[in-house]
Amino acid sequence: MPEALLETRRLCRSFGGLQAVRDVSLKVQRGAIKGVIGPNGAGKTTLFNLIAGTIAPHAGQVLFRGRDITGFAPFAIAAMGIARTFQTTRLFGHMTVLENVMAGRHTRTRSGFIAGMLQLPAIHREEQQSRQRALDVLEDLGLVAHAGEVASNLSFGRQRLAEFARALATEPTLLLLDEPAAGLNIHETEALAKIILKIRDRGITCLVVEHDMSLVMNISDEILVLDQGQTLAEGPPRQIQRDPDVIRIYLGDEPCSAS
Amino acid sequence: MKAVRRYMPVIAAAAAVVLVQMALSAADTTFYMTQIIMSAYYALVVIGLCLLMGYAGQASLGHAGFLAIGGYTSAVLTTCNLLPYTQTWWMSWCRKLHLLLERRDLYDAQIISFSPWLAFVLALLLAGLIALLIGLPVLRLKGHYLAMATLGFGLIIHRLVLGSPMFGQADGISNVPPFELGGGLQVNGRAPFRIENYYIAWAAVLGAMVLSINLVNSRVGRALRCIHQSEEAAQSLGVNTHRYKLCTFILSAVFAAAGGALLTHYNGFIGPGEAEVMKSVRYLVIVAVGGMANLWGAMLMAIVLNFLLLRGVFGTFDDAVFGVILVLIMLFAPEGLLRMPDWRVLWARARGRAHA
Repeated sequence: MPEALLETRRLCRSFGGLQAVRDVSLKVQRGAIKGVIGPNGAGKTTLFNLIAGTIAPHAGQVLFRGRDITGFAPFAIAAMGIARTFQTTRLFGHMTVLENVMAGRHTRTRSGFIAGMLQLPAIHREEQQSRQRALDVLEDLGLVAHAGEVASNLSFGRQRLAEFARALATEPTLLLLDEPAAGLNIHETEALAKIILKIRDRGITCLVVEHDMSLVMNISDEILVLDQGQTLAEGPPRQIQRDPDVIRIYLGDEPCSAS
Repeated sequence: MKAVRRYMPVIAAAAAVVLVQMALSAADTTFYMTQIIMSAYYALVVIGLCLLMGYAGQASLGHAGFLAIGGYTSAVLTTCNLLPYTQTWWMSWCRKLHLLLERRDLYDAQIISFSPWLAFVLALLLAGLIALLIGLPVLRLKGHYLAMATLGFGLIIHRLVLGSPMFGQADGISNVPPFELGGGLQVNGRAPFRIENYYIAWAAVLGAMVLSINLVNSRVGRALRCIHQSEEAAQSLGVNTHRYKLCTFILSAVFAAAGGALLTHYNGFIGPGEAEVMKSVRYLVIVAVGGMANLWGAMLMAIVLNFLLLRGVFGTFDDAVFGVILVLIMLFAPEGLLRMPDWRVLWARARGRAHA
């Protein structure tokens, strides 16, 4: 078996007395879509933030391309080729959609304070390139007509799409999606599923943390089910769908058992 | 073409500067230039603070401290008497590199001190270094906490210059020599040099404006605006937010120190009043009145408000006036008094109409 692109080893994190994530180990293979599901409070978002570097684990390791990235700052993790989206979109509201996506080119460009102030010739080339790449990504996601709009004026669905574009502009190896379907209707969710599959076909590995079962079941190659901070089940969607433990936590215990 | 569009306001401002000079000369009221020149040096502080507050979104109530660091460093190095050290090896070394200034004081006694150019460069370096040391821990703070920490820094600088004999205590440092820039130009507050200094001051301001405009329209400027709007999102794109905030803090400190050093040479004097916390508050108010992320607004307001203040229009109530202005701005125009139209938008609109 080839080395996993992303691996967590016995990750633990607690908040006060609550063990939000306990001994979670997972592997994401290169080129796959991995889904992480679980009921509310299962520790999905905590796990996501541990991988993205927003919070540090109390124990355990995160490995990316076999390299230990535990405790790295979020910007360093982003610079390694891990892009993310947010549960509630975090577009830069005062900037245009194009500027938002160009901001995604940050790690792929170099010029600093001095070069910026003096407008050294290299800057023009770099800006031109950033603009072109950003427009390409927007074209790809069907947002190019909105490139000049101020981001906060976009509809909710388009804001989410714009955030995707911004993340893709970083040319990531791994894309972390935090509840991408939250707040979307059925049609928008279907469109989203197609986009995620398209992204995967470009060779970008995806890790999708999702509350909603349907999206994850349709697109994932493999699913991890979390419950109360621990791994409950792991496997391909078919197997997860039939897993009695998973059915129990999603539908509750057998109605007559205990009362 | 793009460059022309970007620098259009700079060219317009330069034209306005020339017109004002011609009008003042024609009306024989060149004495107004003295206050304009001083306002221009204060504007350098405001431009730097505008980058820090308006673009990177970090408040500072300590920028009078950086102006004072620039001014006092220049003053100390250009007024200290090195006569006792003439025989030392480092003095002959300095002499060879033309880093010394020889002159005679009021009583015709010989004074040898460091040259203003050396003092100027050291002032900027020192301000940058102090900004780095202060910024490293302090910029981890946010909002009110950052404002309070920088306020503390400002208080320390004020008390230091007020308490140290080296900085002249309450008397400040006087007899600071003019700053010979080269090419026959010098920063000098005496009347015959008025028009020359008017242009030197404006060259400094417009130069700072060009550098700042270039910066905010670059990759770094975009990253700063990202930090302002969401640090978490900026980080997720690989922006090292702490480093960018720190660099902007240092840059704004260097701008402030440049303003302080030039102002000190122009006045021939610097006193502890320049380091007062109310001065820091004043700079902050000016940036707010100008519209936060609006370099032109901040620069213009710095000139107008400081000019009125230095002309004594507000009498002894100047701090009160600035307090009232701040309250009114926050209540009625939090976006600033001058919402300058975005040139790119205007241009796009004009072009769109031409095509239609």
